[in-house]
Amino acid sequence: MFAALRQGLADLGGGATAKVRRLGFAARFFVAILLHSGTAFRRFGLTIREIYFAGVLSMVIILVSGLFVGMVLGLQGFETLQRYGSGDALGVLVALSLVRELGPVIAGLLFASRAGSAITAEIGLMKATEQIAAMEMMAVDPIARVVAPRFWAGVISMPLLAALFSALGIFGGYLVGVKLIGVDEGAFWSQMQASVDVRNDILNGVIKSVVFGVAVTWIAVFEGYDAPPTAEGVSGATTRTVVTSSLAILALDFVLTALMFTGGNAK
Amino acid sequence: MATAPIVEIDKVSFGYDAARPVLHGVSLRIEPGSVVGIMGQSGCGKTTLLRIIAGWLKASAGNTRVLGESVRDLDSDGIYALRRKMGMLFQFGALFTDMTVFDNVAFQMREHTDLPPDLVHDLVMMKLEAVGLRGVAQRMPSELSGGMARRVALARAVALDPRLMLYDEPFTGLDPISLGVIARLIRTLNDSLGQTSIVVSHDVEECFAIVDYVYFVSAGRIVAEGTPDELRRSAEPFVSQFVQGEPDGPIPFHYPAPGYQADLAAPAENA
Repeated sequence: MFAALRQGLADLGGGATAKVRRLGFAARFFVAILLHSGTAFRRFGLTIREIYFAGVLSMVIILVSGLFVGMVLGLQGFETLQRYGSGDALGVLVALSLVRELGPVIAGLLFASRAGSAITAEIGLMKATEQIAAMEMMAVDPIARVVAPRFWAGVISMPLLAALFSALGIFGGYLVGVKLIGVDEGAFWSQMQASVDVRNDILNGVIKSVVFGVAVTWIAVFEGYDAPPTAEGVSGATTRTVVTSSLAILALDFVLTALMFTGGNAK
Repeated sequence: MATAPIVEIDKVSFGYDAARPVLHGVSLRIEPGSVVGIMGQSGCGKTTLLRIIAGWLKASAGNTRVLGESVRDLDSDGIYALRRKMGMLFQFGALFTDMTVFDNVAFQMREHTDLPPDLVHDLVMMKLEAVGLRGVAQRMPSELSGGMARRVALARAVALDPRLMLYDEPFTGLDPISLGVIARLIRTLNDSLGQTSIVVSHDVEECFAIVDYVYFVSAGRIVAEGTPDELRRSAEPFVSQFVQGEPDGPIPFHYPAPGYQADLAAPAENA
C-alpha cells in the first residue's frame, strides 16, 4: 500500500521533473536559435524559401477560412444587431472581431496545423534519416542552416497570414451583410473606418499574431529537433506540435487580451 | 623517423550513462594513407568509437588525437574546424532529400568556400564522374537506387578532399554489384586522394578485401587486430567465429536467460 503510494509519488515527481527539464531544453534551444540567426538574414534566400513553404502554401486554407468566418460573422452579427436596431454597425462588429481576436487566433490555429506540423515532420525526418547528423559532420551548424530560417519564416509569415485572414473575413462579412442582407454599404464601411483604431485594434492584433508566430514556430522547430529518430517519434512530435501550439495560442490570447483590451486600455 | 598517426586513441572509455558502459579502455593507432577496418558484431561499440573520433561524443576517460588535435580539448568551433578536414559516409547515405544530386555534392563547397559557380559546377561534375554518376546530376535522391544514393553520398563526402574519411557500415543493404563498386571506390579514392580511411563494418569479405589493417571490437574492447591475412589464419576463438560466421562460440547464440524448463512451466503472464 505505502510502497504503491510512494511509487506513485515518485512517478509524479519524475514526470514533473522531466517536463521542467524539457522546458529548460526548449528555452536553451530558443536562445540558440536567436544566437545562430545570422545566416537566416545574411542568406535571406534560405528564409524566403521557407516563407514559401510555411506561408505561401498556407494561403489557400487561410483565405478560404477567413472568407467563411467573415460570412458567418456577417450572418450572426446582423441577426443580433438588428434586434437592437443597430444593423448598420455590422461592419464594426465584423472588423473588430476579426482584427482583435479571430484573425490572429484562427489564423494561428490553422498555421499550427498546416505549417507547424509540416516543419516538425520535416526536421524530425531529417533527423531520423541522419541528414542533420550529415550536416553537422560537414561542419555546418544545423540550427543556423535548417532551424533558424524556418523559425524566422514562421515569425514573418504568421502576421501576414493573420492580416490576409482578417481582410478576407471583412470581405466575407461585406458580401453577406451588404450584398446579401442589404445593410447600407456606406454605413458598413464608414462606421468601420470610424471605430477601428490603428493602435488599439490593428496594432494589438498584429502584436498578437507576431507572438503566436513566435510561439507556434518555436514549438514546431523544437519538437522536430527533439523528436526521437523513429517513425513513431516523428509522428508523436507532429501531434504534440499541433496540440501544444493550439493550447499556447489560446492561453497567450487570453493573457494578451487581458493586457491589451481591459482596464485603462479599454477603448 | 616514424610518421605521426592520423588517429591515436589511448585507453578511451565511454558510456551513455553509468549503467550502460559501451567502450572500455580502447586503444588504437591509424597510420596515414591506410584503410583500417573496425569490425565487430552489431552493438559492440564500433559506431560509438567512430563518433568519438568525429568529436560527436566525448570520451569519459582516455585521450583521442585526430589529425594532431586532442578532440576532448576542442570547443564546438574547434570540432567544426576539425570536421572540415574529415568526410563521413553514413550507413544509408543521408542525402538531403530536398536537393538534387548536384546540389547535394555542391553543398559543402557553397557553405565553406567562395568558389565561383562555374568552378563549383566543374568540381561537382568531377566528383560525380569519380563515382560514375555524372549522368544523374539533376535527379532527386528519391529517384536513385540504394547503391547509387550511397555513391552520391560518397561524392558529397569527398567534395572538399578530406584528409580522413569515416565510413559507417558502407556495405549495408547493397546488392553484390553495388557492394563491389562501393568497396572499390573506398580503396581507389583513399589512394588517389591521399586520404586515410576508417571503415566500420561487420561484412567480413568486403572489408578484408580493401583494408590494410583490422581491429576487432567485442563488448567495447579491442579483442584482436592484424592484417586481413593474419586474421584469416588466427586461432583466436572470437576472430575465428566472426570470420567464419559460426552461430555459436565465444559470442553465444542464446542471449542469457533463466532455465528453459522453468520458462516453459511459468504461467503465461506476458502472453
